[in-house]
Amino acid sequence: MAVTTFGESVKRTEDPRLITGRGKYVDDIRLSGMAHMAFVRSPYGHANIKNIDTSAALDSPGVIAVFTGADLQEELGGLPVGWMLPDLKQPPHPPLAFETVRYLGDAVAVVVADTAYQATDAAGLVEVDYEVLPAVVNAEAATKDGAPQLHQEAPNNVGFDWEVAGGDYAEAIKDPDVIVVKERIVNQRLIPNSMETRGVVADYDAGKGNITLYTSTQIPHLVKLLFSLVTGWPEQKVRVVAPDVGGGFGSKLYLYAEEVVAGIVARQVKRPVKWIESRSEAYVSTAHGRDHICDAEIAGKKDGEIVGIKVNLYANLGAYLSTFAPLIPTYLFGLMLGGVYKMPNVECKVHGVFTNTTPVDAYRGAGRPEAAYLVERMVSRFAQEIGRDPIAVRRKNMLAAHKNGRAVTTGVMYDSGDYKANLNKALEIFDYPAFRKEQREARREGKLLGVGISTYIEICGMAPSAVASSLGAGAGLWESSNVRLHPTGKATIYIGTSPHGQGHETTMAQLVSSEIGIPIEDVEVLHGDTDQGQFGTGTFGSRSLAVGGAALFNSLQKVKAKTHRLASHLLEADPKFVTFENGTFSVEDIPDKTLTIQEVAGQAYAAANLPPGMEPGLEEVSFFDPQNFAWPNGTHLCVVEIDPDSGQVKVQRYVAVDDFGNVLNPMIVDGMTHGGVAQGIGQALSEQAVYSDDGQLLSGSLMDYALPSADMFPMMELDRTVTPSPSNPIGVKGAGEAGTIAASPAVMNAVIDALAHLGVKHMDMPATSEKVWRAIEDAKEARRAARSAARARG
Amino acid sequence: MVTSSFDYFAPTTLDEATSLLSRYRGEAKVLAGGHSLIPMMKLRLAEPGILVDIGQIDGLSYIREDGDGVSIGSMTTYREMATSSVIQSRYPLLADASSKVADLQVRNRGTIGGSLAHSDPAGDIPAVVLAIGGSVVARTRRSSREIAIDRFQVDLLTTALHDNEIITEIKLPSLAAGTGTAYSKFHNPASHYAITGVAAVVTISGGVCTEARVAVTGAGDKATRARRTERILRGKELTPAVIRRAAERAAAEVEDTLNEDIHATAEYRVHMTQVHAVKAIEAAVAAAG
Repeated sequence: MAVTTFGESVKRTEDPRLITGRGKYVDDIRLSGMAHMAFVRSPYGHANIKNIDTSAALDSPGVIAVFTGADLQEELGGLPVGWMLPDLKQPPHPPLAFETVRYLGDAVAVVVADTAYQATDAAGLVEVDYEVLPAVVNAEAATKDGAPQLHQEAPNNVGFDWEVAGGDYAEAIKDPDVIVVKERIVNQRLIPNSMETRGVVADYDAGKGNITLYTSTQIPHLVKLLFSLVTGWPEQKVRVVAPDVGGGFGSKLYLYAEEVVAGIVARQVKRPVKWIESRSEAYVSTAHGRDHICDAEIAGKKDGEIVGIKVNLYANLGAYLSTFAPLIPTYLFGLMLGGVYKMPNVECKVHGVFTNTTPVDAYRGAGRPEAAYLVERMVSRFAQEIGRDPIAVRRKNMLAAHKNGRAVTTGVMYDSGDYKANLNKALEIFDYPAFRKEQREARREGKLLGVGISTYIEICGMAPSAVASSLGAGAGLWESSNVRLHPTGKATIYIGTSPHGQGHETTMAQLVSSEIGIPIEDVEVLHGDTDQGQFGTGTFGSRSLAVGGAALFNSLQKVKAKTHRLASHLLEADPKFVTFENGTFSVEDIPDKTLTIQEVAGQAYAAANLPPGMEPGLEEVSFFDPQNFAWPNGTHLCVVEIDPDSGQVKVQRYVAVDDFGNVLNPMIVDGMTHGGVAQGIGQALSEQAVYSDDGQLLSGSLMDYALPSADMFPMMELDRTVTPSPSNPIGVKGAGEAGTIAASPAVMNAVIDALAHLGVKHMDMPATSEKVWRAIEDAKEARRAARSAARARG
Repeated sequence: MVTSSFDYFAPTTLDEATSLLSRYRGEAKVLAGGHSLIPMMKLRLAEPGILVDIGQIDGLSYIREDGDGVSIGSMTTYREMATSSVIQSRYPLLADASSKVADLQVRNRGTIGGSLAHSDPAGDIPAVVLAIGGSVVARTRRSSREIAIDRFQVDLLTTALHDNEIITEIKLPSLAAGTGTAYSKFHNPASHYAITGVAAVVTISGGVCTEARVAVTGAGDKATRARRTERILRGKELTPAVIRRAAERAAAEVEDTLNEDIHATAEYRVHMTQVHAVKAIEAAVAAAG
């Protein structure tokens, strides 16, 4: 029995259950009489549905029903958008398409059968007569005249035009001393690969008219709300349960078609129904991430002073607006374009564009990786252009340290940070001068070594609800908690955010233990069941501790206040002289007058001797809405070696110094950083979703989509600085996404650094072997051509 | 994904298995380790009505020194080959290639017979066995025959095997004194199959290459001997210059059937085949030492 402390690396209490196969995921749920669903999906990127013949499927063994989009058009409604932008085009998004399919994998019908095998076999027998239409998959191309049109509501396929600006970039570059460096920066499309794919079980109670959805989601409470809004099902009759969830990375942060269909189909067939997504299905039906085409400019002077950045972005939305799609490439991208720099002038235009591809939404980092990649790549590109060291240029432009709010050009207020401290600490660990020497020697031997840096900042801890609402949020972004101390002094806590790998059961219990001094084993953490727990917005945007943890902290303060008052009463002492430490109330200077919090809890329920006016029981609720976001930041350094024969990039070294504010559980934070960095390296070196021009997904399985594997990573060297965040009472920031945000620019800057002496200036991710080999060959060719041109002149 | 439905047989004797293949000829597929066939079935690229699982038959998994050479039972797994002292000492490239197939889970299940019968254009084992030489023993219900490895790989995913035959054994010849071997592979970052792989078996006598067998996988439609490379090597002292010149021809035999996909263009495959031909031949020469 251990009381834990804030800052202790408590081992994850959920792991024994999860790693020995005793977790309970959606697919582990088996209800009596449960039927299975399989979806019929479009094999084309764009087509009209001329006819659907379900007769052969209906005759197939075990089949209970087949529904097409037209059959359920009324009941299903349309999928919602959770974030508004000015003049946002919102074309209807039917959960089952009934006139036109707009991306490969768009669902057109659902088969219900006794077994999953029967449902899948029968789905193959549904005959859909398609009229194939021209498709467009590239966001920039989709806006051009003559491009195939997806929605009549969105002329030229433009869903929105959005902009943010600060200072006056156009004026700033009129200065004759200012050099403007332009680059086209493509941030490729990624496919999320959570270990557990999506899945849903819908259980309809015909007697009460209630529906329970067990779904693999990051946002059970929002699924309940949105499901109710979409289908008109009274909210009090909807229960959503997120059981153990095996990862999400943002991809389980939306209301999906399959969740809505499952609820409606369960009511239609009057049996529980289950759908478990296959990996191949996940590749086309679960939201993708990134996919930016960006024309970027950075402007500055020869001495390294940066005067501004300008961006024109085509953000691929996919075929429909996913729940948070309008938010990701706008506020979460554009507001971050100042980085950790003074950056006095920022100009950013974003065009959200519909294409015949799987919808695009948040993916680990969501907008900030795209922004950090662009800013950090452009700063290094600028340093290369003016012939200065990329670290010296960063240092020259970096914001000064601040503890409580620093307004920046894009209009937001960074909370706290000491950016140069991160940089200095990272450089000290790394030994930069020694590396540059090693690099010079390596080049003499024909080896290609490079170092890359990224001094990132990101926005998390979503969010002050009033701010978010003014920017377009469709829901409040606070969190809540309920702490119930039982008569025995054990605790059950109910939290609104539910984990999908982050370790909430450990960290939230750790916070309880460290605050009120009861052993961590005595704390049960309940989450994810909308009938059981507190309402909450969900787990995303590195917010669970900064917002949900803060709500829990506040409930615990209320528990402390009430028990303090009750203990003082029972000890017959003036509260002023009653202290609380390690779970025990004592009276100053009277050593034998003590009460444990467990004893006080018992008295709270016995209610035999309560102070005047005190209610019995011991249960406290808090809602926490932060005043500002939280802003993790740091410096990451990466060394790569490139094999000149193959172009293969190997990450040799990785140093990360991050400021996550106060750290509750360093082990979990390190693990998040490891995973985040790995994901960033994956984007930099191997991952890419590739569509053919007609909308076929060429990287449609793990055989072709190159997730990074363990052999691609060195042992990461992690360290931290701490500037407590003033945005919440526990001073924490967020650690879930920072590694991903920082890593891809660090790696790509290293790749370019390794090739810079050959004349290479930019390369798009992923830096695959062939791409790097071609860059080397092209650089050689360019040098040969330059030499012969010089000879011809001479 | 789930497979389409099929009937499953798990015979315990070869006679039973070959009888099933004859009875359901054309309809039945042999299931060995299942690491090529099952994924294809799950994607419904293969929909056999009948599976004959030969995993329950005793006596198909062995590595045996027979006379001069070595015989390997068809159900011998990659892992068994990678860790066999006989294979490590007599055919180091086979042990090495086996240790580099996919991941441990696959190596524990995948078999030499399955790999050869499937003849994946990017499989490792077909090129390695081609470079070693030897033969494949195939049995029907009534008869048994030995197919020389050079005649075994016929086309993309196609071998000389008849659909009523089961591979029972792979016979490898003894390698002459002074022979070195090596396999060098450049793998697809997603699937870990070979984008290109080069197997080299080189015999050096009196400072001169007396025999060379070089085979390429991944680049073309099937594992293929690089005969032009071999001809340049034979009869010469294998200096770096000679090896480089020979390696430049390593993709010559597959140039009409070059693969091209989102991971590597044909041009890059040719280049990497040459790069890995140098690596494999140099390593084989060093091992021949």
